[in-house]
Amino acid sequence: MIKKEEVKHIAKLARLGIDAKEQEKFQKDLSAILDYFESLKKVETEGIEPTFHPTERFLEKSAEKMREDKEKTAAPELAEKLIEAAPDKEKRHIKVRAVF
Amino acid sequence: MELEKLTIKEIHQGLMKKEFSALELAKRFLDIIGRKDKDISAYLTITDDLAVSQAKEADEMISKNQEIPLLAGVPMAVKDNILIEGVKTTCASKILEQYIAPYDATAVNKIKKEGAVILGRTNLDEFAMGASTENSAFFPTKNPADLSRVPGGSSGGSAAAVAAGMAVWALGSDTGGSIRQPASFCGVVGLKPTYGAVSRYGLVAFASSLDQIGPIARTVDDAEIAFNAIRGKDERDMTSVELNFKSQIPNSKSRFHREYSTRSAQIPNPKSQIKNLVIGVPKEYFVKGIDSDVEKTIRNAIKKIEELGAKITEITLPHTEYALPAYYLIATSEVSANLARYDGIKYGLSKQEKNLLGVYLESRGKGLGVEVKRRIMLGTYALSAGYYDTYYLKAQKVRTLLKKDFDEAFLKVDAIFTPVSPTAAFKIGEKITDPLSMYLSDIFTVSVNLVGLPAVSVPVGLSAGGLPVGLQIIGKPFEENKILGIAKIYE
Repeated sequence: MIKKEEVKHIAKLARLGIDAKEQEKFQKDLSAILDYFESLKKVETEGIEPTFHPTERFLEKSAEKMREDKEKTAAPELAEKLIEAAPDKEKRHIKVRAVF
Repeated sequence: MELEKLTIKEIHQGLMKKEFSALELAKRFLDIIGRKDKDISAYLTITDDLAVSQAKEADEMISKNQEIPLLAGVPMAVKDNILIEGVKTTCASKILEQYIAPYDATAVNKIKKEGAVILGRTNLDEFAMGASTENSAFFPTKNPADLSRVPGGSSGGSAAAVAAGMAVWALGSDTGGSIRQPASFCGVVGLKPTYGAVSRYGLVAFASSLDQIGPIARTVDDAEIAFNAIRGKDERDMTSVELNFKSQIPNSKSRFHREYSTRSAQIPNPKSQIKNLVIGVPKEYFVKGIDSDVEKTIRNAIKKIEELGAKITEITLPHTEYALPAYYLIATSEVSANLARYDGIKYGLSKQEKNLLGVYLESRGKGLGVEVKRRIMLGTYALSAGYYDTYYLKAQKVRTLLKKDFDEAFLKVDAIFTPVSPTAAFKIGEKITDPLSMYLSDIFTVSVNLVGLPAVSVPVGLSAGGLPVGLQIIGKPFEENKILGIAKIYE
């Protein structure tokens, strides 16, 4: 069973506001799921390389696969729409609360 | 005429011969949705204005006697995690409840160019995380075959809409089975393309190394037409690739493709070419826990292709039992990174707290549902200091072993047959309180995503209780045409 303190710590790292009831629930759920993950320990992986991506294209001659590093301009309406989506703004500036 | 039962090609012919107009067709489907969706709840948003204007455009093309694409005038639906410009895209989450998509996903852009008629946005498990569509923040979708049961998930709305005749076909997304499992539960066809076959641009990210967009349809032919319309290289998704399907030889020089180009990949002409096929049946997919009705139906389907002359061979995919834990570690790790974007600042729900941390905690705490939070927590844990090697890295090594299992199997076989899910559709509420039992519903579908293979779910019969059962046909990378060709023998 993972500790409640650990659950609180993870929630904070993940920037998730969870209440006491959720803390308790996640403590139980995460413990059960992590126990299930333990079965992976049975697999011998000595000398096995990880596969981070199904195609592994990124690993070989990656420069050839990527587009040229050139600036591309999108339609100006798109930029306006993206700014428009921000919940708190002043003119074309997105407002952010003070850090402290 | 029962317009709602026509296939894409039949609709195409009907439109060209002017037996009915695209507008009539769109209105018929909107009418059916109006009547049936009260019970099924497949749709989150009905885009009737958009459908009507697109149908009028299709009619105009026809009236000018232009050659029209196959999808023109065909009414369809889009899962609510694939962006449609100017339309709400909620991902069935409170955090995006009011979010209007600023641009089209590439897949949507492609079908719009073909003249498709978009009827609406279909329900899903929040951010596509789930296997029953019960994780939608708004309401669950019901299985049209039995309203007390789930339609599967996460593309449950898309599968239910197609099964109930409320769309000819639909777009879904599949990260660990989210197209195939609901297709199986609802008795329709679902294709999860090879990773890279369809651009992910405009698909709201869940797990980027696993996500693919694909079609759900009533017939294999319809799924194939839709797939051909959406596939292809897109400069906005660097993981997408262009394929030369005509020659059937992938044109990429990457290792991924080279390894698989050993056997020829002709489209099997149903029945006549089935004879030359070797079908692998992995013994690890027929173990304790699989429903006896499901097993019997799948065994019968295997017998059917054997009778048509295909050679059936038992194979082994020895690391199968580790696929599910590896999948959930990798998927949740990617979730924890991908969903960091919901910060209450750029878009979506925002709780205006006193300081920045408060905005994050409250916006995410209130805006995200319990399963999404659970997965973010799991992923954060798996990636955190001290656990990275034990969990995340270990899972990625197991992924290499899974890939080797399939590589070796595909040296001997053309396609692999398995059940899609260990059970038919379960009751609403049956698994929702036990996350682990819900995860186990994905046990036969996740390997395909980890390795990046294409797989189709095709209905092959009913359980004793009258519920649809789907067969999963897994192919080599970029051999969608071959597995779809094989699937056609079951229609």
